[in-house]
Amino acid sequence: MAQQIPHVAYLELGDSPHLVANECTTCGARYFDRRNACAKCFNNDFKKAAISQDGILKSFTIVAFAAPGVPVPFVAGIIDCNGTSVRGNIVDCDPTPEKVSLGMKVRLTTFSLGTDEDGTEAIGFGFAPA
Amino acid sequence: MASDDIWILGIAMTKFGKHSDKDIVDLGSQAAIAALADAGVTMADIGILAAGNLMGAGAGFGQQLQKQIGQTGIPVFNVANACATGATALRTAIMAVKAGEARMGLAVGAEKLSGAGLLGGGGTSKKSGNKFEPSGRFGSVLPTDGRIGTDTMPGTFAQVGMEYGHKYGGVSFELFARISEKNHAHSVLNPMAAYQKRFTLDEIMNDMMIAYPNTRPMCSANCDGAAAAVVTSGEVLRTLSKEQQRRAIKVSASVLTSDPYQEACQVLPDVNTLTRNAAIIAYEQAGVSPSDLDLVELHDCFATAELVHYDNLMLCPEGGAVDFFMSGATWRDGSTPVNVSGGLESKGHPIAATGIANIWEVCHHLRNEAGDRQIKDAKVGLAHVIGLGSACGIHILERSGL
Repeated sequence: MAQQIPHVAYLELGDSPHLVANECTTCGARYFDRRNACAKCFNNDFKKAAISQDGILKSFTIVAFAAPGVPVPFVAGIIDCNGTSVRGNIVDCDPTPEKVSLGMKVRLTTFSLGTDEDGTEAIGFGFAPA
Repeated sequence: MASDDIWILGIAMTKFGKHSDKDIVDLGSQAAIAALADAGVTMADIGILAAGNLMGAGAGFGQQLQKQIGQTGIPVFNVANACATGATALRTAIMAVKAGEARMGLAVGAEKLSGAGLLGGGGTSKKSGNKFEPSGRFGSVLPTDGRIGTDTMPGTFAQVGMEYGHKYGGVSFELFARISEKNHAHSVLNPMAAYQKRFTLDEIMNDMMIAYPNTRPMCSANCDGAAAAVVTSGEVLRTLSKEQQRRAIKVSASVLTSDPYQEACQVLPDVNTLTRNAAIIAYEQAGVSPSDLDLVELHDCFATAELVHYDNLMLCPEGGAVDFFMSGATWRDGSTPVNVSGGLESKGHPIAATGIANIWEVCHHLRNEAGDRQIKDAKVGLAHVIGLGSACGIHILERSGL
């Protein structure tokens, strides 16, 4: 079977794909990228924390005009996953103001982003209406 | 006047728009020479130059400028601070004067952006080979813009406005379009604006969608332009002519902040907290309250941004920006006229010039020199800019009263 690789390091694949944050061991602030120290409390010790797959859409835009190579339209959103804010596209949903609404419930989903020359498949994530 | 008060002695801007026959140094020189003339001084009087240009940061814009306006050997600070670059240049000159290191300072901001198109998108590292290899702080194997949200400016600020709606309710596509309708209506009176066209609400809503709910006229206009200001202290101003003293504008507050940590700031830049923080400090420094303001020039880089800054600048009660706007308060005949210049949506947004040009607009009214668009008897005004990343500059300005 072909290898899979997550689009970003903070997406954990497997039976139940989910996002994983670097959580500050002192104040609990969560980061999706690599951090040298905590921006909130300056501590430099982090542990992994699993992020809820369910969330509420707290902001969105429907991008109609983007950089070359980026397919449009698409819905970019900010999702409140049980207290942790996550950035992602809203997928499996028409990209229209009639179908996307503030406060709607969404759930993490994954999909293929294509394969490289070795046959490794990149897996991306988005949020679908729940 | 107190010795350590800061005053704007002279200020100027070029017309914003397309200047295909001029480079950045031409534009900066034009604004600087005009500001010096407006102040009634020459480069020989200037002790520090703060020069802002964002797109060419690193090229030594300040020194290039000196070659054209006067090479006097004074210290030059080349400044880049996103869309707050102009305000940061001014703040730098003010700090030098306030510290007693210079009797007078010159701040200049210039930018050429005509035809620049969409800003902010596609900035993620592109993969060069044909193998997926994690790179960068997110360990991404493919670009993230468009696949994990958006990096574009219109999309980012659309989300800023929609987030306000989620928090407080009351926002709609039409509401944001109405804000744009106001600023374009105001622009008709401003000959310095890049665009002076009034749009109907229908025209705005039916124009090309860029990032819902922002259509094209709801986005700031990329254009060319420059602005410059000469600042000095109360101690120096006292030695100058009565006419210079009469036209001088008092800088009652000069504040620069950056974005403090907030839970969601890693996924959507927080343009709210740093603006509110700057506003609190500015009102305290100036000893004025939002209700004292006769006019406000705020950073409407997108119609969706203007709404949240009514709240951040405390022009309305917390959560009350929609009602405040719908009351008509921010039209030029309202209780708190906002962006009577036409704002960034019509006047234009040549990045490094914006944070001085908005101060020029306020000064113009405080000096009673704003012609057809004069806000009658204006005594106090506020100018605000936001640079994403983020930086916020707020200046409160007052008429001299002499």
